[in-house]
Amino acid sequence: MAEQINTHSYKANLEVFSETLQRLAQTDRDILAVTSDSRGSGKLVPFGKKFPKQIVEVGIAEQNLVGVAAGLASCGKKVFAVSPACFLTARALEQIKNDVAYSDNPVNVIGISAGVSYGALGSTHHSLHDYAVLRTINNIIVVAPADNFETEKAIELAAETNHPVYLRFGKKPMPPLKEKNEDVFAFGKGRIINEGNDIAIIATGETVYPALQAAKKLEKENIYASVISMHTIKPLDTKLLETLSEKCGAIITVEEHSIYGGLGEACASWLLQHNFRKPFKIIGIPDEYTVTGSQQDIFNHYGISENGIAEQAMRLLEKTLVHL
Amino acid sequence: MTITELKRKSIIYRKKTLQYITKAKAGHTGGSLSCLDILNVLYNKVMNVSPSNFSSPDRDRYIQSKGHSVESLYVVLADKGFYDEDDLNTLCQYKSHYIGHPTKKVNGIEQNTGALGHGLSLSVGTALAAKLDEKNYRVFTLLGDGELPEGSNWEAMLSAAHYKIDNLCAVIDKNNLQITAPTTDVMNTDPVDEKFRSFGWAVKTVNGNDIDELISAFNSLPFEKGKPSAIIANTVKGRGISFMENELKWHHGVPNKEQYETAQAELDKALSIL
Repeated sequence: MAEQINTHSYKANLEVFSETLQRLAQTDRDILAVTSDSRGSGKLVPFGKKFPKQIVEVGIAEQNLVGVAAGLASCGKKVFAVSPACFLTARALEQIKNDVAYSDNPVNVIGISAGVSYGALGSTHHSLHDYAVLRTINNIIVVAPADNFETEKAIELAAETNHPVYLRFGKKPMPPLKEKNEDVFAFGKGRIINEGNDIAIIATGETVYPALQAAKKLEKENIYASVISMHTIKPLDTKLLETLSEKCGAIITVEEHSIYGGLGEACASWLLQHNFRKPFKIIGIPDEYTVTGSQQDIFNHYGISENGIAEQAMRLLEKTLVHL
Repeated sequence: MTITELKRKSIIYRKKTLQYITKAKAGHTGGSLSCLDILNVLYNKVMNVSPSNFSSPDRDRYIQSKGHSVESLYVVLADKGFYDEDDLNTLCQYKSHYIGHPTKKVNGIEQNTGALGHGLSLSVGTALAAKLDEKNYRVFTLLGDGELPEGSNWEAMLSAAHYKIDNLCAVIDKNNLQITAPTTDVMNTDPVDEKFRSFGWAVKTVNGNDIDELISAFNSLPFEKGKPSAIIANTVKGRGISFMENELKWHHGVPNKEQYETAQAELDKALSIL
């Protein structure tokens, strides 16, 4: 069995987002949160109380949220437009495309409770399309931090990056991926969580942790996996992808997203076009409305789990798990 | 600038708008002509914006929500000195920055627009930034009456009133025609003034092709302290060219040689009797 994690001792990336934004706002009055009745779900109630002049509420109106955010950003404001990822990147997609990306207004588009975080609330509240649609839009960085460290660094970086950024995260407490976070965090630079030459497991967002658990399980089978937090889906760290492809026997990608158009297909496309041919598997949500249940239920159902990823690795390497 | 000088400019702008649309064999002729007097008055009489202050955070902003009527805006910006008017000979050509909708690659353009229903939200954010920074600049945006059914406009209207941004002025170019048919047939938004008022805006209705009425309205901004202002500008699509006025086909019709010469002759005559 996998090591059981006491999640109560960890924070959700969403909470870290809110805390980081409060810290930044203390010394920077240009930091603005723009919300669509989402300050509660975005953990921004304390932010709103401390900085009432730095939060703009637009009501449940995501298109206006993004348009207003773009106008504010055009005047030098460091804007974080916060709304559930499912609505933000679907209903307001045209505003992200035109008002943010095309007009080059450096809004930080913050998709909260992303992927299947809303679990049993169903597919209206799931965002399994956001990587795919945003990858096709020029001039926006697409990021899914995996743990609290990455989230804090990503928010700090986003505040200072004069460029449109999409950041998405969930609301589940996330354990640290490393005991010591000595890494330099940069957009477009994958983070190596574990080193191994047999297989590369490239994951993003909240799926990196089960990928790491799977790697530990695989070690018991004498299979050594590299685990990468590919927090930036666009621009993709193709240099790291090349290194992994050269040294590892197979590649698995894992994402809380449709298997179409996300991290997996981005990696596959680059590898194929650069003549790297390795056994390859995309783990994600298939082309269907998901099974009902909690986020964890959905993860388990589709193999976004310690066992699911480990089994897939064994299949790809044509071996059988002994220590299940 | 005197009223007569402004009226003269309107005619000259019409001549040039037709000139470049005809050369490019592309453009939204009718809408460019309906909103042209509004642009003339804004840029030559109302707004504090010019090539010399365009990078200043204190400049007034103009965001054209009805981006498709960009040709007359290009002509006005050239006249203001944002670029050499000769650049407009490249209108809609391969690799030209002067495309069929506004882009920031053209000096003087604030935002990339063209998809309808975007300008008002952008303007609300821009005007709100002035309030937050305690700056005095004003924000002007031009919407077509045909784009009003876009729901995002109504979201933006709510938020403008909610935040009491009285440094925002939305001008509705109410020419009553859109690409398919009269606006009242496609989707009736009348009475527009009452709708804006009910959303918390202060509203004035003017003849949007009358220089005096436009100046008078803009000079009385904000119409009410603590409220965003809307000007319902009743205009004529294709204004200034007899055979284009109120004719649906000139939404994006381009004159042939004979039509072009007739139109220029009409404008020359108007100029001679001014």
